[in-house]
Amino acid sequence: MRAFTVVSGLVAPMDRANVDTDLIIPKQFLKSIKRSGFGPNLFDEIRYLDEGQPGQDCADRPINEEFPLNFPRYKGASILLARENFGCGSSREHAPWALEDYGFRCVIASSFADIFYNNCFKNGVLPIALEESVVARLFDEMYASEGYELTVDLQRQRVITPSGEELSFEVDEFRRHCLLEGLDDIGLTLQSAEAIRSYEQGWREQSPWLFDVIK
Amino acid sequence: MTGKTLYDKLWQNHLVEQRDDGSALIYIDRQLIHEVTSPQAFDGLRLAGRKPWRRDANLAVPDHNVPTEQAERAGGVAAIADPISRLQVQTLDDNCDDFDLVKYDINDVRQGIVHVVGPEQGATLPGMTVVCGDSHTSTHGALGALAHGIGTSEVEHVLATQTLIQQKMKNLLVRIDGSLQNGVTAKDVALAVIGQIGTAGGTGYAIEFGGQVLRDMSMEGRMTVCNMSIEAGARMGMVAVDNTTLDYVEGRTYAPKGELWEMAVEAWRDLHSDEDAVFDAVVELRGEDIKPQVTWGTSPEMVLPVDGVLPDPANIDDATRKTAVTRALQYMGLEAGSSIGDIRPDRVFIGSCTNSRIEDLRSAAEVVKGKTVADSVKQALVVPGSGEVKKQAEEEGLDKIFIDAGMEWREPGCSMCLAMNADKLGAGEHCASTSNRNFEGRQGFGGRTHLVSPAMAAAAAVAGHFVDVRDWQEAGQ
Repeated sequence: MRAFTVVSGLVAPMDRANVDTDLIIPKQFLKSIKRSGFGPNLFDEIRYLDEGQPGQDCADRPINEEFPLNFPRYKGASILLARENFGCGSSREHAPWALEDYGFRCVIASSFADIFYNNCFKNGVLPIALEESVVARLFDEMYASEGYELTVDLQRQRVITPSGEELSFEVDEFRRHCLLEGLDDIGLTLQSAEAIRSYEQGWREQSPWLFDVIK
Repeated sequence: MTGKTLYDKLWQNHLVEQRDDGSALIYIDRQLIHEVTSPQAFDGLRLAGRKPWRRDANLAVPDHNVPTEQAERAGGVAAIADPISRLQVQTLDDNCDDFDLVKYDINDVRQGIVHVVGPEQGATLPGMTVVCGDSHTSTHGALGALAHGIGTSEVEHVLATQTLIQQKMKNLLVRIDGSLQNGVTAKDVALAVIGQIGTAGGTGYAIEFGGQVLRDMSMEGRMTVCNMSIEAGARMGMVAVDNTTLDYVEGRTYAPKGELWEMAVEAWRDLHSDEDAVFDAVVELRGEDIKPQVTWGTSPEMVLPVDGVLPDPANIDDATRKTAVTRALQYMGLEAGSSIGDIRPDRVFIGSCTNSRIEDLRSAAEVVKGKTVADSVKQALVVPGSGEVKKQAEEEGLDKIFIDAGMEWREPGCSMCLAMNADKLGAGEHCASTSNRNFEGRQGFGGRTHLVSPAMAAAAAVAGHFVDVRDWQEAGQ
């Protein structure tokens, strides 16, 4: 996984509450057996005017000119600014895959759905929850100033605005560590293989009906 | 010392390692696998040269992409018309063969939606930790299990290590006392709870559903309620074990037998919250107050009782909510201030991991028996949750009731709940659907979903618009 330390970049809006994972990446693209290539279909249903199909070349599709990610001023954005309960709905990891593939490294919102939040950390995407009033202010600043950029410093847990204001954010220590180092969870967990085996042996004695039944 | 909640007990029983940074390693008893969220996990294992930690902990079944039309289905995987769907189902088969995991084939009678198959086969049991790369894994909490959806990276993590890295959630008790009116079902309970706490109300919590309404509810009903925990923002929902649970589990294929059964029952008797357990939050509803529910918008919290009137953005002060309601009305093609009863579905879908069990089909069949689907309804699909449900329904003659009423009786799968196969809505079409999500485009590009119970969907199919199934039944129509 790609490490995340400090990211500075253009900010783009996804200005609605309860953005669900169906909206982030519609189901027809979930038929892919790959982990990459979802970027062109991020927010497909509101980004284009037609119905997208897997494997299609999106360059020829009619663009929804009213959708902010299609505005020239937001081209190349790496930070997505969103509202409450971002990423609700299904557990599809294709949602952070699509955000990451598009070029987003960070999503700032007033709150996130649990599974989406967790999935982001597995893919080098940092979800940052800030107070609703702070998020509202960032939206205002972004709309008021073309080329609005933020800097996100994970080490110091700070979002830094163009005026130099520093906004602190919370993140679990374990997730922060893995993201900073770009660590593979499985490798880390396997360092506890002995503890897992020992637990498993005790659990098998206590609950033998849970083992060797599906064969 | 204060008592423990059901969630506390399940967590404690599966705790491998508590770490200083607040994270914990939790042992996973069962992983259910389907074709959509697993291919990248198997690829990850292959790339790293890893093998599944415990093959007998896994059970795989294709469900999201499978065709439900008999002609297409009969030819098995090779006959799936959509080449991309076919490749995905074939990839599940190949991966299970490569890694030696047990899988039900597309036309095995045991095949079906993972969340119907798990409990039905006894593959998910009380006291287990259950995961699947699907957010509706919360369904299995109905058995008194700790069950939740995970992403594909975690599917790979569970395959490779039999554990998950987790943070403990907070405890939320949703207590529904009293009793339900006739015609009001588990689906209405789930939607009423979401209407009350919102789609983010359960975020950060594990929900336990309790109260007399849950005690009186069948296992199928409890599964429906737990299934939609995720629509209330909670990854997991659960119900304490009681005799209803034990009666349901006993005798199922993978359930313990003989002495092991006795031993398991003794352990399972403890799977309830202690009298003095403390919850971080409690939400209370009265069963008598719950009416049949219908969603009108594009989020499950945009729900009203069947006699409700749609909101008017002009009367909403909060800017974000005003925008959301305006956009939802526009997407749904509905007028502010109009009535739920004015909504006319173009299609009806009875199925999904929320409502495709035998009780759901019986309830829908009871409503349509001897009647016919309204001319204005283009299609009414009935999609059983598994081959076993289908078989049982046919033994009871339910298929004939549906077919005689002008409905289509299909092969098991996820179908129009998320429209990954050929079953989908056309742009602008309204659907009375027993599924779980009414998001924009969920059931097809531009499609408009109204979430309801099976009885309400069936009544709407016959009447051609939403009706109160309570009056319908009282009038003996």
